[in-house]
Amino acid sequence: MKDMTDLRIPRAINWNRLEDDKDLEVWNRLTVNFWLPEKVPLSNDIPSWATLKDFEKTLTIRVFTGLTLLDTIQNTVGAPSLMPDAVTPHEEAVLTNVAFMEAVHARSYSSIFSTLCSTKEVDEAFRWSEENPHLQAKARAILETYAPGNDPLKRKIASVFLESFLFYSGFYLPMYWSSRAKLTNTADLIRLIIRDEAVHGYYIGYKFQRGLEKLPEAEQQALKDYAYSLLFELYEIENQYTEELYDEIGLTEDVKTFLHYNANKALQNLGFEALFPPEVSEVNAAILAALSPDSENHDFFSGSGSSYVIGKAVATEDEDWDF
Amino acid sequence: MSDVCPEASLPTCFPDIVYYSSTSENTVRFVDRLGLPAKRIPISPKETGPVIDRPFVLICPTYADGEGRGAVPKQVIRLLNDPDTRALLRGVIGAGNRNFGTLFASAGDVIARKCNVPLLYKFELAGFDNDIARVRAGLEKMGRNLGLAQMGDAPCSTMA
Repeated sequence: MKDMTDLRIPRAINWNRLEDDKDLEVWNRLTVNFWLPEKVPLSNDIPSWATLKDFEKTLTIRVFTGLTLLDTIQNTVGAPSLMPDAVTPHEEAVLTNVAFMEAVHARSYSSIFSTLCSTKEVDEAFRWSEENPHLQAKARAILETYAPGNDPLKRKIASVFLESFLFYSGFYLPMYWSSRAKLTNTADLIRLIIRDEAVHGYYIGYKFQRGLEKLPEAEQQALKDYAYSLLFELYEIENQYTEELYDEIGLTEDVKTFLHYNANKALQNLGFEALFPPEVSEVNAAILAALSPDSENHDFFSGSGSSYVIGKAVATEDEDWDF
Repeated sequence: MSDVCPEASLPTCFPDIVYYSSTSENTVRFVDRLGLPAKRIPISPKETGPVIDRPFVLICPTYADGEGRGAVPKQVIRLLNDPDTRALLRGVIGAGNRNFGTLFASAGDVIARKCNVPLLYKFELAGFDNDIARVRAGLEKMGRNLGLAQMGDAPCSTMA
């Protein structure tokens, strides 16, 4: 029988006494942003789905099963594995939200499937995901890092790479379809996922930096080296995964540029420098426009005079403004 | 970086940079790499803000929720609530993440609209090398157009 003295009773969480303001900031952001797939009218994409060629349908379903696997890992293993390492009770609470939203994301892909695809197509794609060596390899690389007893900061590095890098070989495709006015409702749903993953990557990366700064310089350097070497390992797998998926449709090089761009952002979430130079990480304008509609060009310096475009419908109401 | 202002005249060639950065420090990293004199708006509301007495450009990260609320940090709003400070604002640069879709770096949009100044640029997270180059060049050009070089005692860049 378990010795009762081992039982550690957590202290009741007091949200009115914060040790780190970022916990409440991110809690508020995540809870306000809560959504469910039922919010998106996916069935409007049925006519558009019918215009895709068979190999394009297969590609799309496979990409979504790959994303489902990553969300499942983050829901059941990744986010829960970070909880025992939390340095504040509020951080632990935020991570429960992260974990649950990953379950919502994983569930969303099944909503897309049930709306657009036949059971047979979907079953085949799930079988493909279980047998695909590259998909399994990236799952394994991440899960090894998440294993109990591993370095908490290494777990955060892997988690940021999953949230901010590994998803993007998959996210590329719905953004591509959206840029061609296809599956636009599906793209709206994926954008909600993309938004959540940004907050997750930012927050876990932020907590990584708070942990890192407490360590002596040699250990900081060792963790930085670890981060770059894990990124290289994952990058190799992603390249192969990308080629296998996207060679047939002819988009492999474009997807790789998108991977470089997101790898840079993942590193910045950890507080590290970008790795890939602009020549190989400048994403095609149509994809950027699909990611952040109405805001493609932000270089108003290069325009003449003071002509500039203000983004549409931004909330300027805030009680703190005096004017 | 040989085609920019000589070190001695740096402060007079460019508009001042005033920026906010939370404890995530993304915007600090961007500003550090710009390599221009910059004043930070304190995170703690108890600390007094920087003294602003020259034309300046504000660099501001975005904290909007899914509806766009709360984009501009309260510390920045407080600074801009001062009419004398606001009168010196010449433009705003928004920071954010394209993952937030139409609300990408929307703090820049909000400030541009509220203060009726140009939204000069948007960048993601801590910015990439091409962002640094574009913003530096843009700010130098802006400094020349504002005639800031003549206000100082040293000649500005010899760049055409």
